[in-house]
Amino acid sequence: MSARFAPDRFRALFDPRGVLVAGVSSHPAKFGFVALHNILSQGYEGEVYGTNLEGGDVLGVPMLRSPEDLPAGAVVDLVFICTPSGANPELLRACGERGIGAAFVTSAGYGEAGAKGLAAQEALAAQAESLGMLLAGPNGQGVVSTPSHLCAQIVAPYPPAGSIGIASQSGNFVSSFQNFACASGVGVSRAVSAGNAAALGVADFLEYYAEDPTTRVGLAYVEGLADGRDFFERVRGVAARQPLVLLKGGATAGGQRAAASHTGALASDDRIFDGMCRQAGVTRAETVEDAFEAAATFATQPIPRGPRVAVITTAGGWGVVTADAIARSELELAVLAPDLVEAIDARLPPRWSRNNPVDLAGGETRDTIPEVLELVAGHPDVDAVIYLGLGIQSNQARLMRDGRFFPEHGLDRIVSYHERQDERFARAAADVSTATGKPILTATELAVADPDNAGPRTVRETGRVCYPSADRAVRALEHLWRRARYGAHRA
Amino acid sequence: VRTLSEHESKQLLAAYDVPVAPERIVATPDEAVAEASDLGMPVVVKLTGAGIAHKTERGLVRLGLDSEAAVHAAATELLAAAVADDGAVGLLVAPMVRGMREFIAGVHTDPQFGACVMLGFGGVLAEAVADVVFRLVPIDGVDAFEMLDELRGQRLLEELRGEPPVDRAALANVLCGLSRCAASRADVVAIDVNPLIISDGRPIAVDALVELADTGAAPR
Repeated sequence: MSARFAPDRFRALFDPRGVLVAGVSSHPAKFGFVALHNILSQGYEGEVYGTNLEGGDVLGVPMLRSPEDLPAGAVVDLVFICTPSGANPELLRACGERGIGAAFVTSAGYGEAGAKGLAAQEALAAQAESLGMLLAGPNGQGVVSTPSHLCAQIVAPYPPAGSIGIASQSGNFVSSFQNFACASGVGVSRAVSAGNAAALGVADFLEYYAEDPTTRVGLAYVEGLADGRDFFERVRGVAARQPLVLLKGGATAGGQRAAASHTGALASDDRIFDGMCRQAGVTRAETVEDAFEAAATFATQPIPRGPRVAVITTAGGWGVVTADAIARSELELAVLAPDLVEAIDARLPPRWSRNNPVDLAGGETRDTIPEVLELVAGHPDVDAVIYLGLGIQSNQARLMRDGRFFPEHGLDRIVSYHERQDERFARAAADVSTATGKPILTATELAVADPDNAGPRTVRETGRVCYPSADRAVRALEHLWRRARYGAHRA
Repeated sequence: VRTLSEHESKQLLAAYDVPVAPERIVATPDEAVAEASDLGMPVVVKLTGAGIAHKTERGLVRLGLDSEAAVHAAATELLAAAVADDGAVGLLVAPMVRGMREFIAGVHTDPQFGACVMLGFGGVLAEAVADVVFRLVPIDGVDAFEMLDELRGQRLLEELRGEPPVDRAALANVLCGLSRCAASRADVVAIDVNPLIISDGRPIAVDALVELADTGAAPR
């Protein structure tokens, strides 16, 4: 299947040499101000122009009356439209005349606003097509592209650079996913809100991401699909090239339909969508956290070669609960081979669990955790590792640092020792994962309870996710394993 | 939409490699007795006809008939139970297929995704249990095996109370056959194979219902 739009055409949208903001306002609460502000404040290096009816200048940019007033030498590829819908046909015409290759339309009053709006939307799409202009929106929130430092949005945030490409039928989910990117440090390459998708739909963006060298993982939110069969064929093509995570809204709406056949009575939208995703090799997420973490895990961890997971924990209960989560998943708890047990025996007092979960039972000394991580992940019977207990020492260090005895009584030295240790452990998890080519996921509630704790902070510095619970790490790993298995079945 | 009779439905599905039990259609109780003796007791006798869909609910299925007298009596009662709306009716005589496990398999036409193949645990509790999995037509063998793997009740595919494990390849083959049928017949709107009984490890379609669109009846 070839994409509906050639990848070259997206350059004007995602990597424009210049941007014209149409409908700039001098009022900082208006979208036409916010868009200009966001473009100017996040490091975009291309030319920036603005139009409005009042003239003057806004944020140091002189306002033009229309695109026709652009200086002769101006190089503008993208028009970011914040004008009322009625002004757009003339605006688009003038932009087309100036050779502007892409338009992002935030204006409302189109397909979401009844039959008249829908007619205007169809006319807008037809006009863009006749001008050879790529049209995103209308009624969308904007477009983000970190390779070009472009934050052309009427909302926050601007995420760190990375390899996740986001497309959404709902602009709010673009913000949500980008907020998770900011919090986790796992960054975004491109992000776009499809708005009413008059011309470009979510599948079009995903097909571009599959071709885009800076995007390694697709992440999308969808609700209704105009043509389910077409969507299936296209996401299958995308997923064959890169991991693709889908969050579906309205999964339970509709529910079972009245049907004469038993098969029909059992056919719900949700079950069919689920089967479609599995058939296409698409990762279907259940929640927004699940969706982001799945994408972030694809972006930052190797794909497991099998389902066998070893759990390494510094305390018993965490390991037991994690083993339960693995048992409920499509993953398996790895069986520790005798040679592995023997090798760990040599490094721990005999009270360690001698089983999976590998419970160190407080028997660890200075170098035990990096050594055990290496032994376990390096073993051929283990496909992936979940590591629990990071940050405990730094948590105590924080209490000491904030307490009234600090830095006397040797507290300054022990605090920095604890923090160094957690930094070492977090780096060991990343280094061993890279060396072995196996996923090692670190989970602790400190990732949210105290994100500045040396453990979670260092996990972020290694570019990986510190999962806020073992259950979420298991879930993310299960998504990776499903994709690996899908590929293996079809190799 | 028109429905094929049980017998016609099974004949169509058999052409796509869906295993069905041998069965005979007869008009009278005496003929039913003769066929039952020929097939070997015990047998099942059902009232059949293009207008008859929900046989179980109407009591039009008689199971485990193991004597000539029982067959004759059941056949007589079934013919008497026919109503005018049923149209032309006949008696279907088939060997009694035994097995603890019943699956449901079928085809559904979804308004968004078009024809889909389904597999689930079947029998009278099928809709309550709702352990079912769907794929879009067409599927291949890999998709079919993955459908089996996705059923929650994996234990029911293994050896069970003296019955051998389910022949996964044979069950996957049924799904591929349903997919081929839906893909090559544009007029197929829905297929129900319910129950698909696991007998000696292998699936056999014991009842089937095919719905066809009234128009566009030409094969693709």
